[in-house]
Amino acid sequence: MWIYEKKLQYPVKICQPDLKMAKYLLTQYGGPDGELSAALRYLNQRYTIPTNEAKALLTDIGTEELAHVEIIVTMIYQLMKDATVEEIEAAGLGGNYAIRDGALFYTDANGVPWTATYIQAHGDPVTDLHEDMAAEEKARATYENLLKLTDDPGLKDTLRFLREREVVHFQRFGEALRIVQEYQQAKKFY
Amino acid sequence: MMMDDRLALLRQIQEVEFAAVELNLYLDTHMEDQRALMEYNQIHKQLMMLKQQYEMLYGPLTNFGFSPSQYPWKWIEGPWPWEQVY
Repeated sequence: MWIYEKKLQYPVKICQPDLKMAKYLLTQYGGPDGELSAALRYLNQRYTIPTNEAKALLTDIGTEELAHVEIIVTMIYQLMKDATVEEIEAAGLGGNYAIRDGALFYTDANGVPWTATYIQAHGDPVTDLHEDMAAEEKARATYENLLKLTDDPGLKDTLRFLREREVVHFQRFGEALRIVQEYQQAKKFY
Repeated sequence: MMMDDRLALLRQIQEVEFAAVELNLYLDTHMEDQRALMEYNQIHKQLMMLKQQYEMLYGPLTNFGFSPSQYPWKWIEGPWPWEQVY
């Protein structure tokens, strides 16, 4: 069961519309290392992970990632608000406009639709947790790139928050990995 | 003015709830850390107080029976989170 909370996890302050930046941010909405990928990856892996620590962590981080999907889409939505067709076209979003007007969709910055092949689940807990740690680092690197693409202080503030969350999640997954490895070692003696 | 008050209270909730999320993730891999657990339980109390205060003034923050509503049904009232301009 999930409950919706009618608030963002972290505020989004947009100083001015910026369609180019909206296009770039799409990669963290429906791109390979985006927040949707993260949420779905963790919430799917939790069913076969063996330790209670990792079950809790995948549930909790997966849930937090859903809040990050909402933060990213809020940035995109507000950056695109009230844009004219000419402005949309000039920013390279004409293809999106042709299909769906101003509607949002799970794609990367180039319009490539989200696919389940972005995420993995192998059942082997060491493999899955390494996948999760790599995913957090890839997302952190993407946020570093996005931070270099904007001067907007409001956007930068929220992007820095999201980048720091990747660092914390990486740390926690590393601890869960150590616990899983200890659990596997302990089992050998029984 | 009323909007500013609402956003200030919402900001406080975001700050306290962030502490709760952080402690929660930490406790997931440190279940025997008593100090972190005490902090988590304190933060829980503070968060519940702030949310109750917010909901009495501005309507429910959560759906599905986790918050009460005044008349008429306040849940549908905007701005929704993605519409909020700071």
